Parts: sequence; structure tokens; C-alpha cells
Amino acid sequence: MKEESNKDLIQVMDPDGRIVDKSALKAIKESDMLEMYRLMNFTRLWNSKALSLQRQGRMGTLASVRGQEASNVGMGLALGPEDWFCPSFREYGAMFARGIRPEELYRYWGGDERGARPLEGSRVMPVCITVGSHLLHAAGIAWGAKIRGERIAVMSSSGDGSTSQGDFHEALNFAGVFKLPVVFAIQNNHWAISVPVEKQTASETLAEKACAYGIRGARVDGNDIIAVYSTVKKLLDVARSDYRPALVELVTYRMDDHTTADDASRYRTKEMLAPWQGKDPIDRLRKYLSAEHGWDDQKEKGLIEELTAEVEQCVKEYEGAPHPPPEQIFEHTYAELPWHLREEREELLQQVGDAEK
Amino acid sequence: MARLSMVDAINTTLHELMAKDDRIVIMGEDVGVDGGVFRATVGLLDKFGPDRVIDTPLAESGIVGAAIGMAVYGMRPIAEIQFEGFMFKAFDQVYSHASRLRRRSQGLYGVPLVIRAPYGAGVRALEHHSDAPEALFCHLPGMKVVIPSTPAEAKGLLTASVEDPDPVVFLEPKRLYRLFKEEVPEGEYRIPLGEARMVKEGKDITLVTYGGMVSVCERAAQHVAGEGVDAEIVDLRTVWPFDIAAITKSVTKTGRLIIVHEAPRSFGVGAEIAALVAERCLLSLLAPIKRVTGFDVVPPLARLEEYNYPDSDRVVRAIHDTMQF
Repeated sequence: MKEESNKDLIQVMDPDGRIVDKSALKAIKESDMLEMYRLMNFTRLWNSKALSLQRQGRMGTLASVRGQEASNVGMGLALGPEDWFCPSFREYGAMFARGIRPEELYRYWGGDERGARPLEGSRVMPVCITVGSHLLHAAGIAWGAKIRGERIAVMSSSGDGSTSQGDFHEALNFAGVFKLPVVFAIQNNHWAISVPVEKQTASETLAEKACAYGIRGARVDGNDIIAVYSTVKKLLDVARSDYRPALVELVTYRMDDHTTADDASRYRTKEMLAPWQGKDPIDRLRKYLSAEHGWDDQKEKGLIEELTAEVEQCVKEYEGAPHPPPEQIFEHTYAELPWHLREEREELLQQVGDAEK
Repeated sequence: MARLSMVDAINTTLHELMAKDDRIVIMGEDVGVDGGVFRATVGLLDKFGPDRVIDTPLAESGIVGAAIGMAVYGMRPIAEIQFEGFMFKAFDQVYSHASRLRRRSQGLYGVPLVIRAPYGAGVRALEHHSDAPEALFCHLPGMKVVIPSTPAEAKGLLTASVEDPDPVVFLEPKRLYRLFKEEVPEGEYRIPLGEARMVKEGKDITLVTYGGMVSVCERAAQHVAGEGVDAEIVDLRTVWPFDIAAITKSVTKTGRLIIVHEAPRSFGVGAEIAALVAERCLLSLLAPIKRVTGFDVVPPLARLEEYNYPDSDRVVRAIHDTMQF
């Protein structure tokens, strides 16, 4: 493994929760930090529960977000109320921050596509599985907003692997040429399934790629939620007010397998994981809150109990929801079903009806 | 009414649509200052400005991917791909997103996007400039594919495509761009998608075709008329989802069917039509279904193009075979 580069890394809070850059704290209220802490913990509990349900056959294949909660929640909370968000598939925390209902995400990963419908008015795009393709949608949404004169920003999120895609290049190039109000967040979790980030690129950092497109680049300690939140927020503000696009690299680590269908021990040693064990994003904020804001064991226990109950309620709603009817597969293929799909739907219903007789 | 070529009809239509709906944005390579390599977008930049008529960098996936984002946001983008053969850089965006974002968002976001591209052979062009890839797009759930056959048809179909809530690949037979002029209705003119056009009624044999092959079939029909064969010609216009009722009605009447398209034969639009006719009106058939199509080859360059591009002689030969069965 290559030595981790600290080049241009923005950090507010070190792994022990000590503040290294006081100026960044000015704009952040205690209530904001408590909200960050709550949402990171919720995301982790929601994620652990999903993994456990998956092992019991009660959930489909899904991508664990453990270790990336600060990047997730920090960027999600940084968005303005009218901003758009285009996630890939490891952004649960950011989606929750945008109001996406956690039981609906369970439903989606549990194989019921009705859970894919983003909350009305959330301005969140559905999960995007094909890597990097949605960066262009973020550029396009930002472009539409610019043409229409709506002062908003758009943010995409994708992984380090996405920076190798042609669409990454085209999206950043379009953003630069047309000065689009868009921020491309890259969660550099160091792995694209089994391929480490140093095999994705010979660049020292991902952030420095911004330079070639004439846009701003920033590199942030992605396990430091204060740094993620304040940096992304600044970049979004500038995108919104000055039409200056940006690329922001959030340096984090994927602590689990790629998905529940993966086995990281085939390509990743314990030694590789070790340096990141001590950089946990949730521990870090807890240490800070304990030292500076009177957070204690009792408050911690109360919060975890409350969030665990919320997750259990999500599971209940997810598992209690009726099975989608078979003909659901035809819905939303077109605005209006054409003749051939009406016929195919009849055929399916007939078949299902006969089977039930 | 004015007499216009197809490319002028498309240009006029774009002017009228953009004047009426400020959500419409045109984007593509050389569509602005240059007015498009075929001049389909001439004058639009001057009239509507660089925010709405956008010369993009040379990146087809970028054009279509960004257009999808615009459409989701509430615009009505018309993306031009300079030649059909360059479409495949954007194919992932069409396949993975344009065609299925409505489904992927469970109805929250539609993609009212038109992708225009010059299409097909017959102009002695370069490699990758003479392809007929419509079947690839027809195969994608959620897509619509439209190919006009005359200037007036181009106007009516382009209008309906731009107004459609779903993504449409609008392929413009480049051989027809300046081949002939005809009267094109002025003002708003739309031809509903999914409805075929009865080009010529006849009682003996049905020719189902579209795009540049419609006039080829008309010549063939004139030829066999002299031999006493009365051919009916159905122009699909919307290649998918096509007008199955018009096809079966005609075949039920004539009992004979030839499908004519310039695209490769295997797994093509003709194959789908033949299968549906076999399923629905096999017993009306008096002869086997025939296909007159491009061969399953890479589109040849100028010197051999005519051997692949179906002409009226090939259609006449197929009519003879079918009538004599």
C-alpha cells in the first residue's frame, strides 16, 4: 500500500476529537453538531440492522456505509433547502439528511422498487448503480437551474472508482466550460470493490483532477464531519452565488465489504484496515462533544436507545408493507402504457390468476 | 403552406417550437454558430441566444447525460447527435437512464427528451455515417423511436416528439434531407406518436416500411401497378411502439406482407413485425412474409453502398416472389 497522502487535507478535528482549526467552528451551532451526531449514529444503526437482516434473508444485497458516516451526513446536511442531490449507492446518511424515509430505503434494498421513489419535493435523485453516470445528471440539473435563473446548487456523490469513468471527465468538463452551479463530491473510500484507489489513478490526490477542468478542487478529511460539512457548505454557497463548480474529495475508508455479496478478505489484509480503526468518524465527534459540550454516558445511552427504537420501527414498517402486486413491474415504464405492455400485463395477470385457481 | 425540404421543415419546426415553449433547449456539437452540419439548426442561436442553443464540447455521453438532468429539472431538451453512428458514446445514458428514470424514480421524474440524429445510408458518406441502429433503441423498455419519411411528416412528428412526456430517439433519414420538397402545414402541426400513415391503399399486398424506404416502396408499387398488382403501403412513422392495428388490418385485407427497412435484417424491426403478424393473423396469410432489408453487414462505403441499401428493384422482386407463391 502506498502511504496515505496528506496533501492539502482540510481537517477541523483530529482523530482524537481535538480541534485543529477553530475558525471553522464559528459558523456551527451546538444544535447542528448534535444533529450531525444523531444522524451519523442513526445511519450506522440503520446500516447494521440492514446487514443483519440481510444475513437472515430478510433483506437483499446492499452496500455497507460503515466508516463513511461523516462524509455521508456532512455533505447531506450541507445542502441548502432548494438544492438537488444525486447520490450513487452508498449515501444513506446523506439521503436521510435530505428527508428520504429510511423505511423506504429498506424497501428498495429489500427488492421492492416502490421504495426507490424519492420523497416528493426532496430534489433527490434515485440511487444510481451504474458508476459515475449520474454526475452528468447533476451537471444537467445545475444547467437547467442556471438557464431558468433559479439560484440553487446541485451536488453529486460518487466513489473513487467513478473518477476513472468517461462520464466523470465529461461532467467536470461541462461544468467548467458552462460554469454550472454544481459540486461533485467524491467519497474516496479507497476501494472500488477489490481495486485500490492507487490503481484507479496515478494522480496523488483525486481533488487535484479539478485543476484540469478549470474548477475548484478541495480535499477534506472525510471522517471529520465538521470539516466535511463546512467545506462542502462553502463550496455549495459559492456554486450557488458565483456559478463556480467544484470537485471535493472526501478522504474516508470503507470499513466493510463492498456489498453483502463481497468478501474483502480476498484482497484486503487486516494490516490495511488497522490504521483506519482509530479514525472512526462517530467516535471522533463523540470525543469532541464529551470534552467540549458535556456529552456523557447517560446521554449516549439515551440517544442510542431512541435511535434503535426508530430503526426497529423502520423494520416494522418495511416488513409490514404489503408485497408489491405482480403487475407493478409494468408501472412507470412510460407515462402511458402502450399497447404491447397492456397486453403483456394482461398475460401476466392471466398467468397469476390461473396459478391461484 | 410553404414548399420545404425535410431539413428546412425541421429547422422551421424547431424555430416555432422554441418560440412557443421557453423550456426547450437545443444542445449538441456545432448546432449553434455553424447551424448544424446539415444546417438543421440554422438561425436558432441568433434568435434564442446561447443559453438555449448550445454548442457543446465534443462529448456525446455528456450531451445526452446533461440533457437528462435538464429534463428531470423541468426543461425540454432537444439533444442533437451529429451522426447516428456517434450515438453509442451516449448509449449508456439512453439505456441506463433516459429510458428508465421514470421507472427508477417510480414515476417521480420523467425524461421528456428528444435525441435527434441524422440517420441512414444513401449519401455515399464516411464510415460510421450511414448506420441504421433503430432496432437497438426499440429494444429498450421506456424508449420511443420515430423516423419521418417526408418534410411534412417530419414537422408533425417532431412536434409530437418534443411534446411527449417520454424520451424519443428521432432519426432523420439524411438521404431525404434535401431529396424533395413538399407542402408543409404552417403553424402548429402534430402527428400523434404511435399512429401509422396509409401512404397508398391497395388490395393485393402490404408493404410495411418507414423513413427513406417509403419512397422506395412507392416506386416499387408504381412499377407493379403496371402489372396489375395493387400494393398497399403503410408508413410506420413511429417505429416503436408501432401501430400494430394498422399492420394487422392491412395484412388481414391483403393476405401478403413485405417489410422493408434499410437496417440489418436479423433481430430487426421486420423480425418483430413478422413475429406479431404470425401470432395475430397467420391464417390470413396467403404467402410467407418477406423482408427486404439491409444485409447483416457493416454499412459499406460508397462503392458498394447500393448493393446493401434496398432499392425499388429489390422490393419489386420480393413482390413478384410473394405474389407468385
